[in-house]
Amino acid sequence: MSLTVSNLQCTRGDRQLFSELSFQLKAKQLLFLEGENGSGKTTLIRTLCALFVADKGEVLWCNQPIQEQIESYRESLFYLGHLNAIKGDLSVLENLRFNHAMSGQKCSDDDLLDALDKIGLYGYEDVPSRQLSQGQKRRVALARLLLNKSPLWILDEPFVALDVAAVELLQGIISAHIESGGMAVLTTHQEVPLTQEKIQHLNLDQYATQNAEASYV
Amino acid sequence: MFKTFWMILKRDLKLALRRRSEIFTVLFFFIIVVSLFPLGVGFDEKMLQSIASGVAWIAALLASMLALERLFSSDYVDGTLEQMLLTPQPLPVLVFAKMTAHWLLTGLPLVLIAPVVGILYHLEAETVKVMMFMLLLGTPILSMVGAIGAALTLGLRGGGVLISLLILPLYIPVLVYGAGAINESMLQSGNIEPYTLLLSAFLLLSLIFSPWATAAALKISLE
Repeated sequence: MSLTVSNLQCTRGDRQLFSELSFQLKAKQLLFLEGENGSGKTTLIRTLCALFVADKGEVLWCNQPIQEQIESYRESLFYLGHLNAIKGDLSVLENLRFNHAMSGQKCSDDDLLDALDKIGLYGYEDVPSRQLSQGQKRRVALARLLLNKSPLWILDEPFVALDVAAVELLQGIISAHIESGGMAVLTTHQEVPLTQEKIQHLNLDQYATQNAEASYV
Repeated sequence: MFKTFWMILKRDLKLALRRRSEIFTVLFFFIIVVSLFPLGVGFDEKMLQSIASGVAWIAALLASMLALERLFSSDYVDGTLEQMLLTPQPLPVLVFAKMTAHWLLTGLPLVLIAPVVGILYHLEAETVKVMMFMLLLGTPILSMVGAIGAALTLGLRGGGVLISLLILPLYIPVLVYGAGAINESMLQSGNIEPYTLLLSAFLLLSLIFSPWATAAALKISLE
């Protein structure tokens, strides 16, 4: 099981974000994506999710291009972006149940309640989600991590809006996922406690196209 | 696949029932537009009978257009749509479930309210029956073709106006055959079968193509 990126080049509008980007992520590894604002972190993440098509290069899952095995790739993928996908008119439990069920993985209501309990939302299951704070909404979205069995997690700024306790909790969830043989790609400035050999850092600024001015012409 | 369909359909209906104002907006819009015409053109029985079919259909087109913008936009804004695109389930199935929910919430109520048009415009019971049947055949087309426009204009500024410009011309065949059948049924020697068949053909065509076209448009809009 591995995620390989070879010679990737992405353009947004007229601006070339990065080129000749290559890396490989194996089981039990965590990749931190770093870079300045606008360096293309989110674009890279969307390319990894096959939401965005790169100009050049390819993304391989288990040594096969993701476009050729899109459905099985999506089964192995868990993605959480800036948005929580929470509906204000649905209760916390209804939101979690629907969002988890969309991934095609089965689980009982007890498992859902258990996950809400662990993420610190015990007693909130019947509350309409619009009454939750930003951080609590983020927790509902993150509760899916506890239920999800996909090996590859791609998380865009997962620590945003969380309080200290929740940050610790999420760090624990991610490192447990890595330890149990999963892999994860994160854009964040928060550290996750893991032994060094399991962590890779990728700074997108190094891959920024040198002749940035020329690409405007 | 059917499980996914049910899941999305159930969720969309549940969401709509918790925000009932949106369903009633469409319904009251239809009723108001239909009842404005007699006030404007006078109460002559013959004239009202002759314009009834056109008025009912145009009001139905506009009413169904009213709710189109919201079809994908709320899921787009809160990120649900992005998650839907990333599920292993085939996107056209998800899209078809959303179209079905849209029709159940905006198309079906118009079919059921059609007898009110009959009373306002002095139509005979037989004509009202034809009108309800034609609306039943035609309104699903409005939801399905409209969804393509809603997906294409997703996230654009002024998307609502743009949908009308894109989609209303595509509604013309539905209007022509739908209204034609009702006019035909008012004649002594009228035969509505050709209209019914043509409208059914349009319904089948949009059933086959619109979920795929909408799915493709959504992928472009979310890139």
